[in-house]
Amino acid sequence: MLQHFLSLAVKAAFVENMALAFFLGMCSFLAVSKKVETALGLGAAVVVVMGLATPMNWALHTFLLREGALAWASPQLATVDLSFLNFLSFIGSIAAMVQVVEMAVDRYLPKLYAALGVFLPLIAVNCAILGGSLFMVERDYTLAESTVFGVSSGFGFLLAIVALAALREKMKYSNVPSGLRGLGITFIVTGLMAIAFMLFSGIQL
Amino acid sequence: MRALRKLMDRVGQPFQKGGRFAPLKPVYDMVDTLLFTPSATTTGAVHVRDSLDLKRTMVTVYVALLPAMAMAVYNTGLQAHRALALGAKPLARWQETLYAATGLGYSPDDVLANVVHGAVYFLPVYVVCLAAGGLWEVLFAVVRRHDVAEGFFVTSALVPLIVPATQPLWQVAVATSFGVVLGKEVFGGVGMNVLNPAMVVRAFLFFAYPADISGDAPWIAADFSGVDGMTGATWLSKAAAQGLPGLTGLDWWDAFLGTIPGSMGETSALAALVGCALLLVTKLASWRTMLGVTLGTFALALLFNGIGSTTNPMFAVPFHWHVVLGGWALGTVFMATDPVTSPFVPTAQLLYGFGIGALTVLVRVVNPAYPEGMMLAVLFMNVFAPLLDYGFVRANIRRREARLAKR
Repeated sequence: MLQHFLSLAVKAAFVENMALAFFLGMCSFLAVSKKVETALGLGAAVVVVMGLATPMNWALHTFLLREGALAWASPQLATVDLSFLNFLSFIGSIAAMVQVVEMAVDRYLPKLYAALGVFLPLIAVNCAILGGSLFMVERDYTLAESTVFGVSSGFGFLLAIVALAALREKMKYSNVPSGLRGLGITFIVTGLMAIAFMLFSGIQL
Repeated sequence: MRALRKLMDRVGQPFQKGGRFAPLKPVYDMVDTLLFTPSATTTGAVHVRDSLDLKRTMVTVYVALLPAMAMAVYNTGLQAHRALALGAKPLARWQETLYAATGLGYSPDDVLANVVHGAVYFLPVYVVCLAAGGLWEVLFAVVRRHDVAEGFFVTSALVPLIVPATQPLWQVAVATSFGVVLGKEVFGGVGMNVLNPAMVVRAFLFFAYPADISGDAPWIAADFSGVDGMTGATWLSKAAAQGLPGLTGLDWWDAFLGTIPGSMGETSALAALVGCALLLVTKLASWRTMLGVTLGTFALALLFNGIGSTTNPMFAVPFHWHVVLGGWALGTVFMATDPVTSPFVPTAQLLYGFGIGALTVLVRVVNPAYPEGMMLAVLFMNVFAPLLDYGFVRANIRRREARLAKR
């Protein structure tokens, strides 16, 4: 059992890294990776939001939206299939989670709150997080599995964005051609990082 | 000598500032510094963290690579001749036509024949690397007005060592272009890149043209089709398929010496060890990184031996085989220790090396997609090197702040 969760976690964090294998959540990945400190803050926020939103969406999906999920309310509802509402409700619950995290960061880490700026509320539309919930539905995870999956996918994103931020801090000493400065070179570095992350593709645990 | 100097000065006139060929000055400088030791040594930028001159550094690393290159040339011929002696046919390539013209014969015991046969495969790859990479290097130097840096000679010497003898030359040219341009030049050239360019070249070849750089066929320059029960598989892939029993028939000392099939310059641990000695004496490579790689390999190999597995025979392969098979030795000595792409904090180097060693064994054992993991492990840890530096520097700052606060 433990082995199963361990391999699920490693797979979510490295083999199927949200940022570098699926290229999800690219907007914040590219935009908030200028400094390690901010990247760490955003990454941590993604871990928390993903760790909370994925099991919450699991509950939504299992008890309200899935075909036959409403059977617990009344036998007449056993044939109702609300899964067309998946996207809408998942985004709603993710936005709620982000709101909670935002208020917490604002209250306890005002410096980080200022540094993250608009990108903290933008996590609500971070495709990595929505993607995590959709993978959860597609792969039929249980509650425990979706929690582990959410947290470790978030951790994979954190690892990738912090590594990119450290690379970009080091690249302050580089002499990038003026046309490529900023986003251009970041795209190239992201591509090279993805090649390095292919180390894990194909690993069987 | 003086006449040559005068000639160079006269030829150099139009290249000086205001001259007709002023934009091409880097090209002139390259030829000039190749012939004469310049009185002006490199200043600033590239070796900002080191007091050693860039040219001397790179030349020393190049010298350290010579044993591996010699072994590459000899072993490529040796492997081909051994296969031919067992009934394989020579490849239908222009290299073979060239070799047949020398009339040296195909005996594996003839050292000269081995060397010449190896050279007809090794040298074209090397020349293509130099030409393709050099073209981009000079182009960038001219357009961006920086010097043609000597680091390029090391990169272009590493690439032929890490590809199989049968790699098509156009692929080498494409991959070298990719590695030099996107791995190095877009960052500003030598010393400013974040990933090891030679490893980028290898990874590009591996993912873009997998058929020519993996499997059983490419490692020996001979044609096995029609010969029953014979393959050119590397011992590492045999071990991946069958575990320790797959290694029966291979003497550990042969693997150490490098007379086994594989990428041209990767087979010989001995040649890498000789280079390693030179790099350590001159203190150009970090012993901490190498120690870290060794420890990481040892720890993970021991761990997998301890866990054991009934389905995956590779679990049982012990440490002493891991270090002589595949690209472990060359990678540890020359790739992992690249001063530009490894961490600068000494303790971080130890951890960085450990990561490379551990990941290499991890990929070899549990990733059935790739038999060898050295190059990707180095690339992967290259990505995390700045982060390791950052972490250790931060920890140091915090420790000192605490010490200061106590006073």
